[in-house]
Amino acid sequence: MSDERTLDLLEAKIEELRKLDEVDGMDLGKEITRLEKKLEDLRRELYSSLSDWERVRLARHPKRPYALDYIGEIFGGFYELHGDRIAGDDRALLAGLARFDGRRVVVLAQQKGRSTEENKERFFGMSRPQGYRKGVRVMALAERFGFPVITLIDTPGAYPGLESEELNIGGAIAESLLAMSRLRVPIVAVVIGEGGSGGALAIGVADRVVMLENAIYSVISPEGAAAILWKDKERTKEAAAALNLTAAHLEELGLVDALVPEPLGGAHKDFPRTASALKDELAKQLDELAVRPIGELVSARYERYRSIGRFRPAPDGES
Amino acid sequence: MAIFKERQYVRVDVDQERDESLWMKCKSCGELVFKRRVRENHNICPGCGEYFFHTAAERIESLVDEGSFVDGAEAIMADDPLEFVDRKPYTERIAEAQEKTGMADAIILGQARINEIPIVIAVMDFRFVGGSMGSVVGEQICRAIETAVEERYPFILVSSSGGARLQEGLFSLLQMAKTAAVRQRLADEGLPFVSVMTYPTSGGVQASIASLGDVIIAERGAMIGFAGRRVIQSTIAQELPPHFQTDAFAFEHGFVDRVVNREDLRDELATLLGFFAEPA
Repeated sequence: MSDERTLDLLEAKIEELRKLDEVDGMDLGKEITRLEKKLEDLRRELYSSLSDWERVRLARHPKRPYALDYIGEIFGGFYELHGDRIAGDDRALLAGLARFDGRRVVVLAQQKGRSTEENKERFFGMSRPQGYRKGVRVMALAERFGFPVITLIDTPGAYPGLESEELNIGGAIAESLLAMSRLRVPIVAVVIGEGGSGGALAIGVADRVVMLENAIYSVISPEGAAAILWKDKERTKEAAAALNLTAAHLEELGLVDALVPEPLGGAHKDFPRTASALKDELAKQLDELAVRPIGELVSARYERYRSIGRFRPAPDGES
Repeated sequence: MAIFKERQYVRVDVDQERDESLWMKCKSCGELVFKRRVRENHNICPGCGEYFFHTAAERIESLVDEGSFVDGAEAIMADDPLEFVDRKPYTERIAEAQEKTGMADAIILGQARINEIPIVIAVMDFRFVGGSMGSVVGEQICRAIETAVEERYPFILVSSSGGARLQEGLFSLLQMAKTAAVRQRLADEGLPFVSVMTYPTSGGVQASIASLGDVIIAERGAMIGFAGRRVIQSTIAQELPPHFQTDAFAFEHGFVDRVVNREDLRDELATLLGFFAEPA
């Protein structure tokens, strides 16, 4: 975003002035206040009317907080559990025990890498069958001990590759969907960044589905849709708009239960504030779910998914 | 209702048509073959054994006892919740597919018998927007399962699908969760679910309901997988083996219980259903 770069420059300038103000005792207070107000106005102007495509860019922003950032900030004593007990350990989908707001919980979280090295290890946040199978295994553990499950979704999609296919990634996703639909503990799923297709949904079947304000969730990436439906890789903006993949659209369509507000400019502009807002929302959802008998909760979850879909009666003559 | 009486595909009027329409060229061996013989041979080339596409109606006809199929679908069609327009409006795509296939969407379901054993069967049709699963296909699969539960019949799903219906966005994606959840009803009731994967069973269908059968049978020549060859090569530019995502690949890696020739599929299902139908 070129406009975003302008804002960053202005922000740096203000910082510079502030240092001068302190060091040299120059009286720049007024100037700084003026520029800060300008920055705030520009920011509001830029971010209050983001296009869907711009939100896609924010959801994928390299500075966006990732799952481990939230885990470090709002969960206590994350104790990671590794491996699917069959083929290995996926580093793009993490699972573990943690404490949240005085409760013991199980966390499943999709983690992207910050560096090239880390992205190599984490396959750019694209989970492999080992990850989904680990998830199912650890959710079964959660069920045995009555720990609620919280999932943090952030993936471009399940990892497409020979090894993934050899290990039946489709089958692994299917098993995870089935397991989550009947798991006898509360589940809250949060899309924190990218909710990329089946690879995201595989850990997204839940009693409550929450999205961060600038997160996206889609059946296919805008790039994929542009290539397949428009036969033109350049039409990503149009595709992004058509797919209704933003948190606001999906809440309006009734597919998402709650949005977590982000600061202007995105979650990374004020991470502690974003994390705290997420923590409040999670606590609220878990509190509501915790008081309901588990049988009732699982039935309600079943009904939730059973009723998803939009169709209408066909005229006579079509079978 | 009565799709076999009213819609005889290929076979109907064939004698009144001009000569060239009686024959077709096999894309595999290049031989000119008599259409009626192909059709009577389960849409298999009598020369080289190449499988041609089955429509959903042809598939049902080739699997169930003659005249036993009763269409059980309440006719529903896509509702375009996103008012989706790509190169053309989604509503137009649907209208065209309906025109082309005579179907409301990409699936037929109903009750039938195989070797006298009553079943509920649902069959996808690849001609209808690539057999893709949107709200209608997802809903019809669930209704078929619910009918099977009500009647206490086994459920057979024959998949032929490229995956999720992109034009319905997240509604389509969530049909994966919906069908997976509803599948459990059969397990709870002790009713068998046989999933038959044909060419192709991929994407969101392979990654949900189709992979959740008690028994999974691949038709010979099936293509089975999650992300297609093109997607993989455009994402990570990886070299893929020639038999990638074929029936042999799926069998070798353990995704499917058996690989069965099309002409044997009916007998295979009869044997399997017979086993489950025996009194305890």
